[in-house]
Amino acid sequence: MDLQLLTYIVVGATFALYIGIAIWSRAGNTGDFYVAGKGVHPVANGMATAADWMSAASFISMAGLIAFLGYDGSVYLMGWTGGYVLLALLLAPYLRKYGKFTVPSFIADRYYSKSARIVAVICLIFISFTYVAGQMRGVGIVFSRFLEVDIVTGLLVGMGIVFVYAVLGGMKGITYTQVAQYCVLICAYTVPAVFISFQLTGNVLPQLGLGSQTVGEQVYLLDKLNQVIMDLGFGAYTDGSKAMIDVLAITLALMVGTAGLPHVIVRFFTVPKVSDARKSAGWALLFIALLYTTAPAVGAMARLNLTETIWPEGASAQALAYDERPQWFRTWEQTGLLKFEDKNNDGRVQYYNDGNAAFQRTAEARGWAGNELTVDRDIMVLANPEIARLPNWVIALVAAGGIAAALSTAAGLLLVISSAVSHDLLKSVFVPNMSDKAELLAGRIAAAFAICVAGYLGYNPPGFVAQVVAFAFGLAAASLFPVIIMGIFSTRINREGAIAGMLTGLIFTFGYILYFKGIFITPLAENVPENWLFGISPEGIGVVGMLLNFAVAFAISRVTAAPPQHIQEFIQDIRVPRGAGGAHAH
Amino acid sequence: MSQQESRDAYWKANLRVMAICLVIWFVVSFGFGILLADVLDNIQIFGYPLGFWFAQQGSIYTFLVLIFFYAWRMNQLDREHDVHED
Repeated sequence: MDLQLLTYIVVGATFALYIGIAIWSRAGNTGDFYVAGKGVHPVANGMATAADWMSAASFISMAGLIAFLGYDGSVYLMGWTGGYVLLALLLAPYLRKYGKFTVPSFIADRYYSKSARIVAVICLIFISFTYVAGQMRGVGIVFSRFLEVDIVTGLLVGMGIVFVYAVLGGMKGITYTQVAQYCVLICAYTVPAVFISFQLTGNVLPQLGLGSQTVGEQVYLLDKLNQVIMDLGFGAYTDGSKAMIDVLAITLALMVGTAGLPHVIVRFFTVPKVSDARKSAGWALLFIALLYTTAPAVGAMARLNLTETIWPEGASAQALAYDERPQWFRTWEQTGLLKFEDKNNDGRVQYYNDGNAAFQRTAEARGWAGNELTVDRDIMVLANPEIARLPNWVIALVAAGGIAAALSTAAGLLLVISSAVSHDLLKSVFVPNMSDKAELLAGRIAAAFAICVAGYLGYNPPGFVAQVVAFAFGLAAASLFPVIIMGIFSTRINREGAIAGMLTGLIFTFGYILYFKGIFITPLAENVPENWLFGISPEGIGVVGMLLNFAVAFAISRVTAAPPQHIQEFIQDIRVPRGAGGAHAH
Repeated sequence: MSQQESRDAYWKANLRVMAICLVIWFVVSFGFGILLADVLDNIQIFGYPLGFWFAQQGSIYTFLVLIFFYAWRMNQLDREHDVHED
């Protein structure tokens, strides 16, 4: 059966499954809509959290980034998993005990302030929208490559599907759909990885394959990869090139950012008990770890396969002749994500590191006139099964997995946006005496509106989708995370301190990223290490924003009145598990 | 013991468990995976340089163990201090 038909069948079947689940689990009231009626089993919640969390970025981009960054890619692996330790230990159980629907509600109640709620809503909406735009773009790319429809059609189909189950099903529909999506995406990710690991090393577990010897040779895979790419002027795969301070800052910013992302935090409101919230974080990380421990193997093996395809006899022999390029090379060339430019006009694809001055002489002696192959990092996971010549059904599965990853995250984000608007703005600030039914309707309208905005952003990415990933994490780390933590662990931080802290962290981080990345404006300074504060890149600056947030909040709280008595009792109450009822609204 | 004292004792015990877990969290990821990675890379476990293994595999396994340990230990503490649910 040809690939396109097969892809249509596999993707179509998964869509039918998601819609079926959505109809079966429609939301009947605001409790169902916001927190799935608080009755989700911790294991199911863990799977849903994993699907919610692992976006198109994790599924499509991460292994590709690791393939080209080598050791430096570890910042994503540790950063995006280590945050769950912070969530499980510092946030999830207490927020579950608190038991209301949204993150801004917690901030509003703990800091007895409507202004704090509004600042939190602004942070939340900004973080979530930047994220969701990237997801819709991911859906568009997968559709246009595998189903060969144009990006607009792909986007409209994706929006339609999310609309059905997010708007009708709310959190309940989303949770059960995400469980199914997790199963699809994890199969789609691990099946090709197992095949490739077995082909290269004879070991079926990619986690072990990465540390094994290659088939038929007495050499370890990583040693071989180091050798192969160093022969082409690249740095060793297992060594980093980023400055240590920056690696530390980025890792910490991603960890803290993870723990501060509203769509992740809200998942812990859906389990029945406080003890379930702790356990659920563990299950979530277990399901995430299945993908995250596979990703380094996928990255390294893809890099090796790619390099060996281009240099079948090694770097000192002839490169691949362009006329003999394999089929996947041709199909990806059509998307423009893979480019060949014959700089020395010999009809062969010389792929090497032309940015390495020390390697320049070797390259010239061999008659190379610059690197001739540009590979978009985002295509590595999608192209991987084709590069390794796996059967067509595996490729179809990968397409379905990429779409599942993007849709599940988009749905979770849309839900927090809609609950922030309907619950935190309308119900709590503007129309306090709104009925449950009207609030549910408002939530659905807000979700529908958010989908349209997301679709528009996906079609017209403001040119910074890759940059805003860092942006969203930095903002979450610098704004929401510190005030939630201080709200639980300090009895002294008050309204004034929290608001000042949030604003400081937000404005500092926003300003720093704007200064170097120039979103909406031209950058004010070149984005190079010499210009960075303490040598920390905009990706890692959320850490400094977070420290400022803590410092300002402590200082201001010291010189203003302590929180009132009922807040002291509130804090004592969320610190113990007993008495946690279902999540409630009032 | 009054209820308040019992709750304070529970909170102290919780903070202790949390501190231990966070120290391990820090040492394994930031310590072994980043700060000491170059030193540990001199040791090779199968095909993995050890620092690289901690950064791309070991830290993730450690995180998992930490969360499940914390959940288990806190359930015990909840009961010991009589603040558990139902």
